[in-house]
Amino acid sequence: MNIRSRGDKWFDAMNVCIMLVVVALTIAPFWFALVGSFNQGLDYMRGGIYFWPRTFTLSNYKTVFADHTIYHAFFVTISRTLAGTALHVAFTALVAYGMSRKALAGRNAYLVIMLFTMFFYGGLIPNYLLYKELGLLNHFLVLIIPTMFSVWDMIIMMSFFRSIPEQIIESAKIDGAGEYRIFLQLILPLTKPVLAAIALFSGVYHWNAYTDALMFTTKDALEPVQLFLMRIVTDSSEAMKFGEQAASVMPEEAKQISPETLKLAMMMATTAPILVIYPFLQKYFVKGVLIGSVKG
Amino acid sequence: MERTLEAGRLASASEMKASGRRSRWKSQFALQSMVWPGLLFLLVFSYVPMYGILIAFKKYDLFLGIMDSPWAGLTYFREFVTDPNFQNVLRNTLAMNLLALLLSFPAPILFALLLNELTAGRFKRFVQTVSYVPHFVSWVIFGGLILTVLSPSNGVLNLLLVKLHVVEEPINFMAKPELFWFIMVGAEMLKGIGWGAIIYIAAIAGVDPELHEAAKIDGAGRFQRMRYVTVPSIMGTIVIMLIFAVSAILNTGFEQIMVMQNPLNLDVSETIDTYVYKVGLGQMRYSYSTAVGLAKSLVALILLFGANYVSRKLSDNSLF
Repeated sequence: MNIRSRGDKWFDAMNVCIMLVVVALTIAPFWFALVGSFNQGLDYMRGGIYFWPRTFTLSNYKTVFADHTIYHAFFVTISRTLAGTALHVAFTALVAYGMSRKALAGRNAYLVIMLFTMFFYGGLIPNYLLYKELGLLNHFLVLIIPTMFSVWDMIIMMSFFRSIPEQIIESAKIDGAGEYRIFLQLILPLTKPVLAAIALFSGVYHWNAYTDALMFTTKDALEPVQLFLMRIVTDSSEAMKFGEQAASVMPEEAKQISPETLKLAMMMATTAPILVIYPFLQKYFVKGVLIGSVKG
Repeated sequence: MERTLEAGRLASASEMKASGRRSRWKSQFALQSMVWPGLLFLLVFSYVPMYGILIAFKKYDLFLGIMDSPWAGLTYFREFVTDPNFQNVLRNTLAMNLLALLLSFPAPILFALLLNELTAGRFKRFVQTVSYVPHFVSWVIFGGLILTVLSPSNGVLNLLLVKLHVVEEPINFMAKPELFWFIMVGAEMLKGIGWGAIIYIAAIAGVDPELHEAAKIDGAGRFQRMRYVTVPSIMGTIVIMLIFAVSAILNTGFEQIMVMQNPLNLDVSETIDTYVYKVGLGQMRYSYSTAVGLAKSLVALILLFGANYVSRKLSDNSLF
């Protein structure tokens, strides 16, 4: 039916090659880190390891999980991800529902007030001083409160809520349902896809965030895993310290590790949850971007 | 008589309107109570910091507070404009962004176009899935991975280069100032190419198939159709994304730079965002840092409206 010319075949072949290069370049850094994280530490330092571990060991991972500082960091990250995401979605959805109703008095004025904040930002120091004033510095809440609401996400939700016909809401009202009941029992169940997409974005943001903890907290107890990792990635003496600490707990494993391989094992352990969950949720992510782009 | 009647009617009408509004508010209490927390949130977390910008024009004293600190006029603006450090910072910011505009802006467009030409559905999905992955990995990790690959002691790139006799000695990539900008933009490109392409893929999917059919009948090959049918059809999306990119020309990935910066490349790696952070929170020069941040926001705003205006005049595409 479709006769492919020789030029087309060339084009296809070239195209597949380019795509394979992109895929290879994307996977490569993960693969090499994975290989290193399963390799014996001193052996890794000798170099020459390419595609497969030379002296296989699990010691790097054992050492990483023997230390309780990383457990605590994971605890902070998981807490902020769960609490932050739940709060963000619930709060933003509530405001978005109110704003999505045409009957809302003052709606246009509210919208202007909200949109303005998207164009102009107070800046780092004024924010810092505000958090200080509010007592948020060095408090767990500074990791979740400032991102509790997003005008952008609200607009995305709003456009989704609007696609529900007014008549449904009106008839629920006639049946005696109040606004909150309509929101909770009617609107939310009908708009699960957009809520899921926003929740996923928020969850990934919280899992990966470290700048807020870097800027607004100084307590070790509030250090999320990404900040912990940041110190180790950017400062090799930190990795060394971590290794020594671990060595004192489990001396026989310590012979198998080096700061470098330990670092790799840590990076892999932190990324694994995302890489495992990601393929299942991919379609929601993509949907989320598209909803956003149509509106924006 | 007639007049008073008229006036009476008018009065009652306005009264009715007012009471109607009042009852509308009352009946809306539930609805309003949903929106107000959002407004309150923005008042506190967006508008109060905007008021805090005042410290850029004051000699801010922690103990006196924003209101009572003495005015300083444009002292801090003058200070950073003439500061050689800042000139360096500005150069780095602009250089990295222009390079990004040249390389990492078109990359997702090209990627989307090529992806669209793939004929095998399963391979296409595989490529897409893999290409999105780096977007979900934090810069700490992704930056760390790049540093690992580039490491002079046992990074795989150096091992390969030495083994293939491309170089004699391993290269310490992150210590070479002349390479830093390219490494940054390259890493950004790799992290963002797949995710950035989604919006273009959607735009391409919306192109009318009849246009392709017509071009085919006219004897256009695959490449020609891509060039003369697909690209013009998604021009609107490209222009919108370009407006965003231009207005973000003073932004640099703070998270990325903080991870990949080291003392050896500091001269080329410090950008406005990292500078504001270090000078502000590190050296506690609050007013100075706020002045730099404010100047940056204003320039971004002007660029956004400027780019939008130019694009509306030239191509009929605009954000607003």
